[in-house]
Amino acid sequence: MNKSNTYIFIYSTVMVVVVASLLAMASNVLKPFQEKNLEIAKKLEILHSVDKGWDASSADSKNAYVDGEYAKYIAETLVVNASGDTISGQDAFMVDLVKEMEKDSSARSLPVFVCHQDNGGVNYIFPVQGKGLWGPIWGYVSLKEDMNTIAGVFFDHQGETPGLGAEINTLWFQKPFIGKKLFNASSQFVAIKVAKTGEPREAEHSVDAISGGTITSKGLQNTIFDSMQMYLPFLTKNKK
Amino acid sequence: MSQMFSSKNLKLLTNPLNLENPITVQVLGICSALAVTVKMKPAFVMALSVIIVTAFSNLIISTLRKSIPVRIRIIVQLVVVASLVIIVDQVLKAFVYDVSKQLSVFVGLIITNCILMGRLEAFAMANKPWESFIDGIGNGIGYGWILIAVSFVREFLGSGSVFGFPVMEKIGAYSIGYVNNGLMIMPPAALIIVGVIIWIQRSRTKSLIEKE
Repeated sequence: MNKSNTYIFIYSTVMVVVVASLLAMASNVLKPFQEKNLEIAKKLEILHSVDKGWDASSADSKNAYVDGEYAKYIAETLVVNASGDTISGQDAFMVDLVKEMEKDSSARSLPVFVCHQDNGGVNYIFPVQGKGLWGPIWGYVSLKEDMNTIAGVFFDHQGETPGLGAEINTLWFQKPFIGKKLFNASSQFVAIKVAKTGEPREAEHSVDAISGGTITSKGLQNTIFDSMQMYLPFLTKNKK
Repeated sequence: MSQMFSSKNLKLLTNPLNLENPITVQVLGICSALAVTVKMKPAFVMALSVIIVTAFSNLIISTLRKSIPVRIRIIVQLVVVASLVIIVDQVLKAFVYDVSKQLSVFVGLIITNCILMGRLEAFAMANKPWESFIDGIGNGIGYGWILIAVSFVREFLGSGSVFGFPVMEKIGAYSIGYVNNGLMIMPPAALIIVGVIIWIQRSRTKSLIEKE
């Protein structure tokens, strides 16, 4: 049926207001659940970088399991500034690395998570953040007490190519990082090279890239280099 | 009650399962059928989401059909569909976070699923709310069962499991040299399986075969 213009205007106005308030309401009601999910996902990523939390999907209550494991292993967190000194008054877990990286390097507060392993060893976990081919990639790199040797890594991505770049979140790609070193024999910061076949490589600082996932592999290499470089003063100070 | 489930109404529910199936007969909604059928769990959640969205968008549009100005009806339909999809997406993010991560953009893309706009334009704008609601559920299930069927074949042959349960590992198939079929995980496999389903359906249903 044909209606007057006035009717159409009123109709669309009312519709938009009703729909907007409904959506706002739904978003408000569901927000606490969604935020809890994000928190659990982040805790799980941190735990994965120290080879923990693998039973999360089979646990009766995933949230309780992850919270428990996190409280057990990550008892200590630090926030450090650009010159590697610990600053107080900030919760490391709540620091948004993306926002910190946009800031001037001297104004950054950088989170460090400390994991106490069952055997008494201590691992330091550093978040890394950067770009892949299609979007952001991020992860956590955990170092042994020498602040040099990698104890474990975990990477994830938003939308890298399935089967190619997306493989950075799989174990076969992440396992070879273990035992690699960030500094070379002359204490120079070299980070990790994600190397293609035929590229010159040093055994201690290189892992295999993903065939067909060149840009994601290189993106990850830069991600690790850039992010770990921010922590360089902290690493040098605490090096053993 | 008997009127609510008259044979005419039941036809609205059963026709989309076979003779008027949105995927195999009308060939709508193929994009998501290829994308979310690698594993059964996301396929199941996707099917459920589409059933809910088709049913309720049909219901709402049909209830409003006499008041909707003809000139902006597509906009009104889109607003209703988009709001329902956003709500479904938010609920998934709140309660089944892992699945919503696997479905990623495809829940949002339900908005562009041709089945929805097709049913709204062709049915809900001209029929009563209850009939439209049933029609929406019927078409949602028609879409959903194809998704489940495709994902069953793809997960079973591609990952050796059914609904996440590792069947092939339990019966010891790997120890006698069985290897998962990698092609099944790739998108083209879905196209082949949908093709096979269409082939079987047409060979069994003469009325679907075009006359030369």
